[in-house]
Amino acid sequence: MIIETKALRKTFRSKRGTVEAVRGVDLAVAEGQVFGFLGPNGAGKTTTLRMLSTLLTPDGGEATVVGVDLRRNPGEVRRRIGYVGQNGGTWREATAREELVLQARLYGSSKAEAVRRAADSIEAFQLGAFADRKTTTYSGGQKRRLDIALGLVHGPRLVFLDEPTTGLDPQSRSHVWDEVRRLRSEGMTVFLTTHYLDEADALCDNIAIMDDGAIVVEGTSDELKRQVAGDVVTLGFGADGAETVPTARKLLDDASYLRKAEESGTDLRLYVEGGATAMPQILRELDGAGIVVESIELHRPSLDDVFLHQTGRSLRDEAA
Amino acid sequence: MGKFLRDTWLVFQRSMLLTLRNPTWVVVGLAQPLYYLLLFAPLLKKVRAPGMAGGDAAFAFFIPGLLAQLALFGTLFVGFGLIGELRDGVIERMRVTPVSRFALLLGRALRDVVTLVAQAVVLVVISLPFGLKVQFAPLLLVLALMVLLAVMGASVSYAAALILKSEDALAPLANGIAMPILLLSGVFLPMAAAPGWLQAVSRINPLRYGVDAARDLFAGHVSTAAVYEAVVILLALTVASVIWAARRFARSVA
Repeated sequence: MIIETKALRKTFRSKRGTVEAVRGVDLAVAEGQVFGFLGPNGAGKTTTLRMLSTLLTPDGGEATVVGVDLRRNPGEVRRRIGYVGQNGGTWREATAREELVLQARLYGSSKAEAVRRAADSIEAFQLGAFADRKTTTYSGGQKRRLDIALGLVHGPRLVFLDEPTTGLDPQSRSHVWDEVRRLRSEGMTVFLTTHYLDEADALCDNIAIMDDGAIVVEGTSDELKRQVAGDVVTLGFGADGAETVPTARKLLDDASYLRKAEESGTDLRLYVEGGATAMPQILRELDGAGIVVESIELHRPSLDDVFLHQTGRSLRDEAA
Repeated sequence: MGKFLRDTWLVFQRSMLLTLRNPTWVVVGLAQPLYYLLLFAPLLKKVRAPGMAGGDAAFAFFIPGLLAQLALFGTLFVGFGLIGELRDGVIERMRVTPVSRFALLLGRALRDVVTLVAQAVVLVVISLPFGLKVQFAPLLLVLALMVLLAVMGASVSYAAALILKSEDALAPLANGIAMPILLLSGVFLPMAAAPGWLQAVSRINPLRYGVDAARDLFAGHVSTAAVYEAVVILLALTVASVIWAARRFARSVA
């Protein structure tokens, strides 16, 4: 395991009281995988990541990162990891090449070695076209590529990416995804946080869903989806459906095919066995009671369904 | 120790590079004492007060104080740059590297000192036609005292920046303390002309010691009470403010 934690905790104290940001996180991340932390804003993802990358001191628990005790020897952990913050961190008036050289030197490289490493990074992350321009002139995607290159210039085995695609346009986003996949193919371990379901689904070998300072559920994307057994039928009741939803729910509550129902605004989400056969029955039932269904949709469970299933809240609403 | 010095050098190099790339503030910092020299000092020619002979001696009175003032005021506002760096995430990026935390502070302070010494040399050269007489050894001592004032000013500014974390809070604070420090320093008029209570209050102003010592040194008097006082007091205050800033830095940036 390249990361192992036990009951990792962090509490913030402010004038308004104390906030238990992370309340006992147990993690085991195997080397060579892309591990994703998924959850809404304020779930404790970033706080956990900042503890594991030595930016915050844990209040309790234990952690081993790349074979080093995090609490006893944070200095050695720093040498072995890379970290890319949410908003990056470059001087506006410096160039990518200058930043990469300095970064390598801060990790102990000699000047000649740092220059060589910078050139390698520029090549690997395709920064060549703008490497000698000031970072203030970069687009969001270009800057993000430099941020990631900076976190990796010293060749760590483990890199932390905090919401690597937040605020990027779709093209830059897919570029970052490609980079993450390339790193993985080179044997690196990538630990990332995201509040995008599709990102976790597309990139991560293992996903831990966090909510309210704790890990709610963990596993591969498929394992998680399997927890929401069967299919998901989403019924839409239109603009003034909010009143109809509870009525419809009550009506369907005893149906044999129904495993679980979740109300979500003007929608009713039904977790059913055998969606294809359940759908006509649902419609017949509602029609008989004079309830008008505006839309009906059948789909395989997504990570959003997993989140909703586990927490009773929709991740989409929170992330928006 | 080797790593610490190397880290400090790396941080200094980068800070200096960025300062040179955008030297507006260095020029603006020098402009203010020049305004005083050209637009205010001539007024002193006709002023008679204890310690002021009038005439061309007014410049000899005024310029040493101006240098001391430059040292403190040139550095009291460096915290603004740090707040920008905190916001841009540069400091956080550095914190995840094995770089020495103290080097992050000292490298920046070193940049501030080098900038200040360059400004001071320019100011001295420009002041020569105004009748400033300089001897080499005392000038070095003046520069040494200015370095102390500069390190003090920079440390206080960085510490305040780390506590306040916002330009909007730092600006009124820096301006608020700059004004009384300036008025109670004796730069404009000798504090000897002040009523007793004002003289007493000015004794808690570190800049006043720098100003008095600089005047003695430019007059060629190296071994005076004012010089000894300044060395001891400024050294103590500088060490204290560096320790304060370093702890602040360690706490918010460790």
